[in-house]
Amino acid sequence: MADTILVLGVNHKTTPVEVREKLAFSGDCSTPLLAIHALPGCQECCLLSTCNRVEVYFVARNREETERQLRAFLFAQAGLPESETHRYVYVHQGADAVHHIFRVAGSLDSMIVGEPQILGQLKDAYQKACDQATCGVIMNKLLTKAFSVAKRIRTETNIGSSAVSISYAAVELAKKIFGDLRGKRVMLVGAGEMAELAAEHLVNQGIAKVVVANRTLERAMNLARRFNGSAVTLDELVGELVGVDILISSTGAPGLVLLKDQVKPVMRQRRHSPLFLIDIAVPRDLDPRLNDIDNVYLYDIDDLNQVVETNKAERDKEAVRAERIASEETMKFLQWLETMEITPTIIAIREKAEAIRSAELARTMSQLGDIPPKQKKAIEVLTSSIINKILHDPILFLKNGQASQDDKAQRLDLTRRLFGLDREQPPAGKPPAA
Amino acid sequence: MSYLLFQASLFLYVLGTAAYIVAFVNQSKTVRRSARLLIITAAVVHTGTVVLRYVEAGHTPLVNNHEAVSFFALSMAWAFLSFYWRYKVKNLGTFVTPVLTGLMLVSAFSSRQIPELPPALRSTWLPIHASIAILANGFLALAFCGAVMYLLQERAIKKKSFGVFFSRLPSLEALDTLNHHCLTVGFPLLTLGIITGSIWAEQAWGSYWHWDPKETWSLITWFLYAALLHQRFTVGWRGRRAAIMAIVGFSAVLFTFWGVTYLLQGVHTYAG
Repeated sequence: MADTILVLGVNHKTTPVEVREKLAFSGDCSTPLLAIHALPGCQECCLLSTCNRVEVYFVARNREETERQLRAFLFAQAGLPESETHRYVYVHQGADAVHHIFRVAGSLDSMIVGEPQILGQLKDAYQKACDQATCGVIMNKLLTKAFSVAKRIRTETNIGSSAVSISYAAVELAKKIFGDLRGKRVMLVGAGEMAELAAEHLVNQGIAKVVVANRTLERAMNLARRFNGSAVTLDELVGELVGVDILISSTGAPGLVLLKDQVKPVMRQRRHSPLFLIDIAVPRDLDPRLNDIDNVYLYDIDDLNQVVETNKAERDKEAVRAERIASEETMKFLQWLETMEITPTIIAIREKAEAIRSAELARTMSQLGDIPPKQKKAIEVLTSSIINKILHDPILFLKNGQASQDDKAQRLDLTRRLFGLDREQPPAGKPPAA
Repeated sequence: MSYLLFQASLFLYVLGTAAYIVAFVNQSKTVRRSARLLIITAAVVHTGTVVLRYVEAGHTPLVNNHEAVSFFALSMAWAFLSFYWRYKVKNLGTFVTPVLTGLMLVSAFSSRQIPELPPALRSTWLPIHASIAILANGFLALAFCGAVMYLLQERAIKKKSFGVFFSRLPSLEALDTLNHHCLTVGFPLLTLGIITGSIWAEQAWGSYWHWDPKETWSLITWFLYAALLHQRFTVGWRGRRAAIMAIVGFSAVLFTFWGVTYLLQGVHTYAG
């Protein structure tokens, strides 16, 4: 009968990376997309390919056949026997498929729950499918709905609000201290990769100035150029502290590079404005006693890790609420899908009745010869109302909201056979071209 | 009639406080919005109460404990609402409304009888001096709430304990700014309250200053806040020290408001 929504794919949970990388369609997805669309029974399709998952969302008439061919197509390059592919692939159908897509869009199925990238990747995949015209009514509705579900999850839960990486945790802490980071000044001590990453995140928040202090000035200058900042040597470190709000230290020095007694007098010169010190070096660069000074906040790598862990736990809690939203929206979508199937049938019944009525009316009129327009109008109204009254009950019978899914399908089938719709009409649920 | 309105406003304040606490726990924006609406309605009804009481009494209703504390709460409510439009300090309401409701309860349990106005208070200075002085208290109370929030947040950041408060309280910067602004409004009002009081004293009793306990304590309070503001402007005092000082200052305000009245005798003791 009706077409089915299906998801077939592999992800980081089901499939080892060696297999996944053989499936990934890097670069242009248009060719595989068109190839999938050409598979027998495939009505509509969309291909999502990221580093953690390859998934095909499709609407199929003949589920088994399309699924088999799709699997063969996906694993063609991996060189795996078909029996093997079953182990890695998951297939969801109908309500499960819709729920799965909503979960993916809401980042509930991601490796890091709540990470925002997946939504962008899904939007790109949908854009490609639109460009290649492989999406129809159902996929259009399903994917746009998935985007709004993801938005709802983002606004109604705090799933994406807390930082789950060290450098984002540093940004989050800085915001709790300074509020707005615009106009603040950052100093990088040493030129480690992590410090660079943290500085990058801070610069994205509108940091005004970056100063780089390093043992070798040349290295400092190179890094400073990246951030449009200035470079100083390590000897100038304490003097520079007066004009700095955030300091990120990651030198390879064996001992401490900044002591409590060096910073204390600086605070007076800074008029006690807050100083946020981030020590991501191992062994540590900054004197742990610095945290005892008023308005100085010192975080080392373990502290930041602790923030990340706390946030991860918080996200898991929020994920429960997000799951509820995904389930709720799945039910709403399925209701829409049902009306999608009923509406074309009602239209078809009406059209058929109307065609019979106008043909019979035209024949009768020609036999009656010339009659006054008023009488002609009366006959037209009479035939219309007979048709409407006869069709009223069958249509109500179809629309009955109380019926179960199976019952609905049976009613639809019975009505279509009763009115002989499938003999001259395309089958119900066939979506018009997008 | 005015008492009926008073009870209605008290009820709304209690509801608003409960809503703010719920919003704090489950971080729901909808609940927070309803809480704010409740407090705005409460403040409007409460203002009506004071106006009606003025009509019923025939003099400014700032004479006995019930009236003065009720006006204290009203000042705090409007101080809070006026700050809401200018500074978005997340969850400030959760800290302000319990204090506010506490004041309302104290007022509710005080004698509600309309007092006979003592001759000393029959002056146009009564509404001016008393309302300014109590309005100052409203802003200083707000500074106190901001300071408590600051200390909680600063402790969370220093001790690296990311529990209930860390995520729910705003940044240290926002709280310090709130504190600063409350003080820069509250302190001039406090000064003006003392000046108008001393002018009135000169007219009523013939001299500007009596070293009456209430006068003495308001001067002590004034010096505490003056010192705090001085340090803020000159040395750049901020953060924890400023917050502690704002709390100490507010304790002095409360002592001047109640302690002096009940513990020490003086020319201000009519307000019982």
